[in-house]
Amino acid sequence: MSPAETLTVALTVNGEAVTRDIPARLSLADFLREELRLTGTHLGCEHGVCGACTVLLDGEPVRGCLMLAVQARGRAVTTVEGLAATDGTLTPLQAAFQKHHALQCGFCTPGMLMTATALLAETPHPTADEVRDAISGNICRCTGYVQIVEAVLDAAGTAP
Amino acid sequence: MNAPFTGQPLIRAEDIAHLTGRARFVDDIRPEGCLHAVIARSPFAHARLLGVNTASVEGLPGVVGVITAADFAELPAEIPIRLAPLAGFETFLQRPMAADRVRFVGEAVAVIVATSRFAAEDAAERLEVAYEPLDPVVTYDAARAGASLLFPAAGTNIATRYTAGMGDADAAFARADLVIERHMTAHRHTALPLETRGLIAHQEADGILRCWGSTKVTQWNRRALAVMLGRPEHSMDLIEVDVGGGFGAKGEFYPEDFLIPFAALRFGAPVKWIEDRREHLLTTNHSREMEATVAMAFARDGTMLGVRARISADMGAYVRTNGGVVPAKAAQFVAGPYRIRDIALEVEALLTNKTPVGTLRGPGRYEAHFFRERLIDLAAGQLGLDPAEIRRRNLLRPTDMPWSIGKLVPYEPASSIDSSDVPAAFDAALDALGYDALRDEVRKPRPDGRLHGIGLACFVESSGAGPSETARVELREDGGLRLISGVSTQGQGHKTVLAQVAGDVFGGAVPMDAIELRNGTASLIEGGFGTYHSRAVVVGGSAIHLAGQTLRAKLLRAAAARLQLRAEDLTLREGGLWREGGTQPIASMAELHAWMREAGEAPDATETFRPEGRTYTCGAHAAHVAVDTETGQVEVLRYVATEDVGKAINPLLIHGQAIGAAVQGIGATFLDELVYDADGQLLTGSLADYLVATATCFPNIETITLENAPSTLNPLGAKGAGEGGVVACAAAIANAIADALKPLGVEINHLPLGPDRLLRLIPETPA
Repeated sequence: MSPAETLTVALTVNGEAVTRDIPARLSLADFLREELRLTGTHLGCEHGVCGACTVLLDGEPVRGCLMLAVQARGRAVTTVEGLAATDGTLTPLQAAFQKHHALQCGFCTPGMLMTATALLAETPHPTADEVRDAISGNICRCTGYVQIVEAVLDAAGTAP
Repeated sequence: MNAPFTGQPLIRAEDIAHLTGRARFVDDIRPEGCLHAVIARSPFAHARLLGVNTASVEGLPGVVGVITAADFAELPAEIPIRLAPLAGFETFLQRPMAADRVRFVGEAVAVIVATSRFAAEDAAERLEVAYEPLDPVVTYDAARAGASLLFPAAGTNIATRYTAGMGDADAAFARADLVIERHMTAHRHTALPLETRGLIAHQEADGILRCWGSTKVTQWNRRALAVMLGRPEHSMDLIEVDVGGGFGAKGEFYPEDFLIPFAALRFGAPVKWIEDRREHLLTTNHSREMEATVAMAFARDGTMLGVRARISADMGAYVRTNGGVVPAKAAQFVAGPYRIRDIALEVEALLTNKTPVGTLRGPGRYEAHFFRERLIDLAAGQLGLDPAEIRRRNLLRPTDMPWSIGKLVPYEPASSIDSSDVPAAFDAALDALGYDALRDEVRKPRPDGRLHGIGLACFVESSGAGPSETARVELREDGGLRLISGVSTQGQGHKTVLAQVAGDVFGGAVPMDAIELRNGTASLIEGGFGTYHSRAVVVGGSAIHLAGQTLRAKLLRAAAARLQLRAEDLTLREGGLWREGGTQPIASMAELHAWMREAGEAPDATETFRPEGRTYTCGAHAAHVAVDTETGQVEVLRYVATEDVGKAINPLLIHGQAIGAAVQGIGATFLDELVYDADGQLLTGSLADYLVATATCFPNIETITLENAPSTLNPLGAKGAGEGGVVACAAAIANAIADALKPLGVEINHLPLGPDRLLRLIPETPA
């Protein structure tokens, strides 16, 4: 199989069924950004370190840059565009990010939100150390992380 | 919320788009028919470029064309110096692509344009380029020796040398009781914004060449591009988009800022280029690499008498847009916030076969404060003084203001620190840390065997560079305000902060959510100088303040004429137009707009703010660390940074800037390092090798914003607030580690301070 060979992929993205013919070598992040125009998923390094491209695959955080789109066949992908309610109401986590000034340039924010969303689903009342540990695979160059940790704890209803 | 808006920790208007994935970064834009550029780059640090075989990729699937230096050999395409021109630099400018010699790994040798990024990448792998390697120049000494020359015609690798000073350093050193002198180095690292660089260029149907992606100094960059392409400025535009961080490095005029527009014109289609992370580490400006021999003269009571510094900066392979900012500012700030009147400086900028250097948040200051604050601690030790006490005895006092710092920079006039209360900022840091109690506490032996130490560092930082900024304020038909400014945004939150400034001029008559900001794009307003040197709020905000005042007066005059009242009897506040002493508003802002329209008057005003000088912030950092002498691992147990910003327009955002800057600076001191081998190959070309702070590294950061010394140089009283958090990090951390390791006789004179470096300094303890 050549890398440019086209394959059909069917999956669910933010609750909607999607079917596309795509090159075998297309990453999941590029698929979301280029094929579906869901550009909230960002690419910061394309080698799996920075975490900006983090999306949820059946609820688990994965690196969109390290995974091929065809590997997501039959799976459910959630991106940052899928967090807020359809009427625009933010999730408590998104609202806490704004309240605590947990974002500056906003480039890491989608990946941070997805990682923290997965954390809170698994651990609804994390400690500060658990939050730090969970987001330690997401690089932020603006905030110094302090306000991000505060925001996640606030969203969880855990006193900082 | 009610006015005054200034001073309130308002949440940001810009957040919603980011939180919901609807922001618009350059790579999110996809024009119809867009072509994709990939840049072929030199694998050699120094080589003759014998030829690029464009035929080796022409005709490959999807390839539209290849551009080499020969395609624009006749254009005056040297990238000009934007800041800090120093004598001699003009010989060492970079053209956008290597023609006959490559001078660093990553220098562009060809642009491949194809119908997809995949096709362009595939072709780049097959491009044949012939090189003849030359001896690379990698060290300071090799650069000075000049056995191998980057620019043989220049006959030297020394881009510039100058001396500067004030007072009489010789006399000061002659009467000193103690002189401390050390050779010290700061390490090469880079800003590393999370979004890499990127550009889209397209000459659209109206004939305007538009470029999306360069957002720092768009008007200057457009001027440079006009010269290089040989076409008028008004035929092109640089358009502001969301930017994923800059920290000084992004948005300067880089080779790609010529190459991508050139490709768009050449192929008559939109062309997109998105830098990958390896390219970013290889080609976006590096910074901070310098060596210095610094000496300070002291009297027996600890009085600082004078300072001498010989500073050599490794500029990399070319002089880029930031000219000599890095070494010149390191030299200028070496005396810091102390009452030192006698200063002698020698500055040297050296060319090496490494990535060129530019500014990085607090350029030169991070390095200078490290050099000086280390020497102060060494002196305190020798004089038997407490590190806090020796500083307190020498800090500038409010009664010293304005304090002349002389003309220490060749390309700038003499400067003065405008206002400052350094002792208060220093005491705030000491109090927050609980210094007096901690001083004894850190000497006690610990069950885990780690050695504890405290590090102090005081700083002064300049901001608010001129020459000016122009702004327009328009009253919209719905009663809202539209602010138009030439400052750019890389994530700071200007939409919110500048709306706060404007909102207060109108007394809250316009609610915050009815104030919009348009900024950055080159064609928006003449007289915009962009965002650097923490100037956007200080200078750009002051321009908005002035334009708002002019518009307010205009609105009140027009309303007075219509109502046959005196303008002084009218005012604007929540609700709109009020008669002084009235119980309800006379008219809404939307009605005021309608009145202006009926009277045939434009409901807008434009003003220019020209600062008479720079604003100076001051502050102090205090660190408490624990060092594991077995592993070299350092834990930052507490870190307190204070900064007096004059006037805090939005404390929430300033807090974010301060903490973010501190973590960047502390992270850089331990982690960030661009390592080159003897062949000039970058060994840290991925984020697996180039390490930055993550959430678990430095959780205990506290920052304190002070407003003791409003600037006297602008109507807001504001000073820059984005860089003070970074400038004293190396100084405070190095002092803390040195304090902890004092029992082992370890001195800290070189950065960075990762475990590997510390272990080399720590003597092995007998088993």
